Amino acid sequence: MRYIEPHGHMVSRTTDDYQAMALAGCAAICEPAFWAGFDRKTADGFYDYFCQLTQHEPKRAAKYGLPHYCWLCINPKESEDMKLADDVLALIPEFMKAKTVLGIGEIGLNKNTRNEMLILEKHVELAVKYDQLILVHTPHLEDKRKGTRLIMDVIKAAGKVKPERVIIDHVEEHTIGEVLDQGFWAGITLYPESKATPVRAVDMLENFASQRVWLNSACDWGHSDPLAVPKAMQEMRRRGHSAAAIDSLVYGNPVRFLSQSPNFKDPQALR
Amino acid sequence: MSDSNPLAGTPRRTRDQVADLHFMDARFKLLDLAAFLDRLEKASGPEDHRVRGLRAALPLLLKSGDDRVAQILHLWSDPSVTPIEKADTKAASGVWPGLK
Repeated sequence: MRYIEPHGHMVSRTTDDYQAMALAGCAAICEPAFWAGFDRKTADGFYDYFCQLTQHEPKRAAKYGLPHYCWLCINPKESEDMKLADDVLALIPEFMKAKTVLGIGEIGLNKNTRNEMLILEKHVELAVKYDQLILVHTPHLEDKRKGTRLIMDVIKAAGKVKPERVIIDHVEEHTIGEVLDQGFWAGITLYPESKATPVRAVDMLENFASQRVWLNSACDWGHSDPLAVPKAMQEMRRRGHSAAAIDSLVYGNPVRFLSQSPNFKDPQALR
Repeated sequence: MSDSNPLAGTPRRTRDQVADLHFMDARFKLLDLAAFLDRLEKASGPEDHRVRGLRAALPLLLKSGDDRVAQILHLWSDPSVTPIEKADTKAASGVWPGLK
């Protein structure tokens, strides 16, 4: 069965992962800009990273028949250094000209600090100015509920952002309802330990029958699984969900959200 | 909530069917939790705030209702509503340290 991986940090993965995802039915991969696991010291480091996302990684994915798209930002984990964040924000418009850029992301909060909030507001302003989609990272664990609420407040305060053009990722059982109720899309991230497991994700899907939800692996350099989405699909099959319902969730929903960007092409139409 | 409706086409299941699908998974996780608590008994030092939070969540497992996960996640969440000045760390621990 086909699916789209709407959130995978492929620069951290091997070509074996591309091969496994393609064999499992992946039709396209979208890669938000991310924290490298250490703090980059200069805007030049981000310049190279954005080149990697917009130029090199699409070529690597193409070897496995996979369209590769990306999102650009400075991750909230690196937003405490305001000067660095401002310098990186200034780089982004140049890279928006690339044909595979879908929007601004993954922006948001990490520890819910004042500086993180200020840089989040600047990212939202940038998205408004350039009419870009927004992909939001919500904080981890005990910081998630507070951070999710603060993020939604910032986006609503900006006044010019349509919630249907924003996906708030890494929702869990205590945040998904508020996110959907406010008109945003919700992303459920499938992780082996933190965030949601495939089994819990399917429970959430059965409780919140939204057309505004996607599943993603957010696979990166840490404990994560690039085949998490197909594993959730398998869980849905085990529970008796129809092939059409699964396809609608893991292919149709991402295509509907991502097609709001003129750069995204439905993989089905490319074949 | 406006979106909280059962997913169309979700098959109706008996409790036996749910147990057939997921009992063994729940069983091994419960035993792993018991082993973790046993391991803590043998260790020295004061109780860690994360473990305190875990113990505080255990009674919620025995309450009726179908939102235990959300209740536990709310219990472990930072209840404050305003941004902090500066963070001491980039990491989260899993349980709000102020939980009594």
